[in-house]
Amino acid sequence: MIGRRRGGRTLEFADVGSHDGPLLVVDDLHTAFRTPRGTVRAVDGVSFEVSEGRTLGIVGESGSGKTVLSRSIMGLLPPRDVLRSGTVHFGGHELSAMSETQLRTVWGAELSMIFQDPMTALNPVKRIGTQISESLLLHLDMDKKEARATAIELLRSVGIPSPEERVRWYPFQLSGGMRQRVMIAIALACAPRLVLADEPTTGLDVTVQSQILDLLAELQRERHMAVILVTHDLGVVATRADEIIVMYAGRIVERAPTRTLFRDTKMPYTRALMDSIPRLADPSGARLDAIAGRPPDLVHPPSGCRFAPRCPYARDKCREQDPPLRTVGSPDHVFACWYPLVDGASTAPPVPVTLAAGTAGAAPAAAHPAPGPEAAP
Amino acid sequence: MTDAPATPVPSGGRRGEPSGDVVLDVTDLVVEFRSGRQRVQAVSGVTFQVRRGETLGLVGESGCGKSTTGRALVQVQPATSGTIDYLGEDLTALSGRRQRELRTKIQMIFQDPISSLNPRRRVKDIVAEPLAIWKHGTKEERATRVRTMLEAVGIDPDSAGDRRPGEFSGGQCQRISIARALMAEPDLLICDEPVSALDVSVQAQILNLLADLKSRFQLTMVFIAHDLAVVKNVSDRVAVMYLGKLVEVAGSDELYEAAAHPYTEALLASIPEPDPDHTSDHKALNGELPSPLNPPSGCRFRTRCPYAQDRCAAEEPPLRELSPGHQVACHFPVGPRAAAAPPESPVPTPPTSSS
Repeated sequence: MIGRRRGGRTLEFADVGSHDGPLLVVDDLHTAFRTPRGTVRAVDGVSFEVSEGRTLGIVGESGSGKTVLSRSIMGLLPPRDVLRSGTVHFGGHELSAMSETQLRTVWGAELSMIFQDPMTALNPVKRIGTQISESLLLHLDMDKKEARATAIELLRSVGIPSPEERVRWYPFQLSGGMRQRVMIAIALACAPRLVLADEPTTGLDVTVQSQILDLLAELQRERHMAVILVTHDLGVVATRADEIIVMYAGRIVERAPTRTLFRDTKMPYTRALMDSIPRLADPSGARLDAIAGRPPDLVHPPSGCRFAPRCPYARDKCREQDPPLRTVGSPDHVFACWYPLVDGASTAPPVPVTLAAGTAGAAPAAAHPAPGPEAAP
Repeated sequence: MTDAPATPVPSGGRRGEPSGDVVLDVTDLVVEFRSGRQRVQAVSGVTFQVRRGETLGLVGESGCGKSTTGRALVQVQPATSGTIDYLGEDLTALSGRRQRELRTKIQMIFQDPISSLNPRRRVKDIVAEPLAIWKHGTKEERATRVRTMLEAVGIDPDSAGDRRPGEFSGGQCQRISIARALMAEPDLLICDEPVSALDVSVQAQILNLLADLKSRFQLTMVFIAHDLAVVKNVSDRVAVMYLGKLVEVAGSDELYEAAAHPYTEALLASIPEPDPDHTSDHKALNGELPSPLNPPSGCRFRTRCPYAQDRCAAEEPPLRELSPGHQVACHFPVGPRAAAAPPESPVPTPPTSSS
C-alpha cells in the first residue's frame, strides 16, 4: 500500500480534510468559447456537489459539454478566448479563483484527472516509471529511490504484472488497457481526494473496460476517494455511480440518485439515452430506439427546451419557454422538463392532429392524468 | 469431431439456424505476419460459412484476429493459406482482373469513420469514386446515383455534397462511408467495428440504418465488433474468436441463452448493462490476451479460464457441434448443455454458472 506521505510538503492545502460540507461545490458554472462563428456556450449554468468518497456520473452525448465541464472544474482551459463565470470550491478553497501556479499544487496532489486517450495523454518518450514518479517527486518530496519504489508499488496496485520490469517500459510497449492502468497509477500516485475520469474506458474493449472500472472502484473504496465518472454510456455508470447527472447542450437536464434515475426517469432525453443502448436480453434484430437528429449547435441553441427539436413529446410550450430545473417530491431528483414522464409515459397534452411538429397546439384539456407537476415550481 | 449425439435444440427453426445458399465459404483460413524473424499467426485456421441474407457477427477482444479475418475477406490482407470461396470461386487463387471485379461485390466499412475518408475530397466525389473507377454510366448518371445513395443513408445531398469530411461528425462520416461502400452494389458487406468509435445514441442510429439498408439492398453481412450486445442486436449468428481461432459459433439468441464457452461467458459478463440492479451471473475475465507470438499450448484460452484443467493444456479442443447450429471448442463447456457433452470426460464438469 502507498501511504499518504505529506511530510515535507509546502502546501497551504493540507487542511482539505478538515473542511465541513461537500468536497466539491460547483455553482452556476458557465464556460463559453469565442470562435469565428460566434460564442459557443459549452457549459451554461451548471451547479452540483460531490461529497467525499462518493461517485458522481456525468452522462451526455458528444457536444453536451461534459468534457468542457470537467476541464473547467480542473482549471484546464485555454488561456485565450474563454469566457467563464461561476465558482468551483474544492475542500473549501475556491479553485476558480486560483492562478495556474496555485492550481499546480492541487493538480495531482488533491485533485487529479484520468484522460480519455491514454496514448496521447502519456508522454511517448518517457519511461512510465518516470511519469509516475514525477508527481511523487514534486508533491511528496520523495527522493528518486523512494519514488521509484513507490512507482513499482503503484503499478502493482493497478494490476500490472512484473512491475519491476515494466517500470522501465515506454507507453508504446503497452496495450491500451495497460496504458489506462498506468494513467490511473499516475492519477492516484499522491492519493488525491477527487479523481475526475473523463471517458476513461472509451475506445477499450468491453472486457478491458469492466476490468478498468472495477479497478477504479476498488481503489476508490480503499482510499476513500471521490470519483467523477464522465461518459456517454449510461451502462457504464448504472452500477457504479451513487448519483448521475445527465447533460444536454451545456446544461443539466436531470440529476438523481442512480436508482431513482433509472426507476423514475423524468426527462425524455434520459429515457432516450437508456433506450438507445442495445440490451442483451432483447432478441437479436430488435430495433433500437435511436434518438433522431443531433445535439444542437451551441452558437445558436434552440429557444425553449434545447431538447425539444428531438423530443417526441415536445409541445409549443417546450419550444417557447425554457424549462427550469425543478423537483417533484424528492429534493434529490431534479429535472428540466415541462411534461416529465410519469411511469414512463409522457404527461404532455395530446396534440390535436398528428405528432407533426409545429402544429398550433390549442392543447385541449389533457386526457392524461396530468400536467399536474407543471404547477410545482 | 461430432462424436456425441447432439442434443436437439428445444426451439427448432429459430433465428440463427443456417438456411439459404452459402455465399461465403471460408476454410481453414490462416493469416501470418512477419515480426522480425518470427512469424505471428493473427488468424490460425478459421472455418465458417455465411449464407445469403444473413448477418454473421464476429466478436472478440482487440488482437483476436477478427479484423484481420475481415480484411482477408476483402483481399486487403492476403491469406497465408486456406480458401475463401465466394459463390464457388476461391478469392485467394484469383488474380488480376477477375479479382478486381469480384472485389466490387464484397465491400467493407471501417472502424474510424473520419480517417477512412480522404479529408481533401468532396463528399459527392468520395461517394462517386467506386463508379468512377469502373466508369459506370455518364457523369450525370453517377451524380444521380450519388444523390440517391446519400439520401438512403440520411445525408442531405444538397447541403453535404460539396463539403469535405472534416465538416461532419463521426456518425455522419460513418453514413458517408456506408454510402460509398454501397455504390458498387455489393452482395456482401464487411463491417469492421463500424460503431465502436461512436456515442451510444449515434450507435443506435447507425445500427438501425444498417438493418434498413440490409433489407433494402438485400445484403449479406459480416459484422465485426468487440461488444457482444451490439453484435447480438444485428446478427443472426455469432462467431466468437479468441487469439486467432473460433471458440464458439451459435445463433445470436442461443449464444446469449446458452453460452457454452467460458470465454463467451466472460464477454457476456463484461457488457455494461444500463440497470443499477444488474448483477451478472457470468464470470468476469482476468488478465490480457496472451501474445500470439507464443500462444499457450492446448486450448489458447486456458491461461485466463476459470475452469481450466490439465487436459486443457495438453490437448487442443476441436470446434465440435454441441447441438445443431451450435459449435464450441472447449473440453468442458459450461451451461445447461454441458451434461450432454461427450461422456468421455472423466473430470466432472465444473459448476455451471450460466443460466
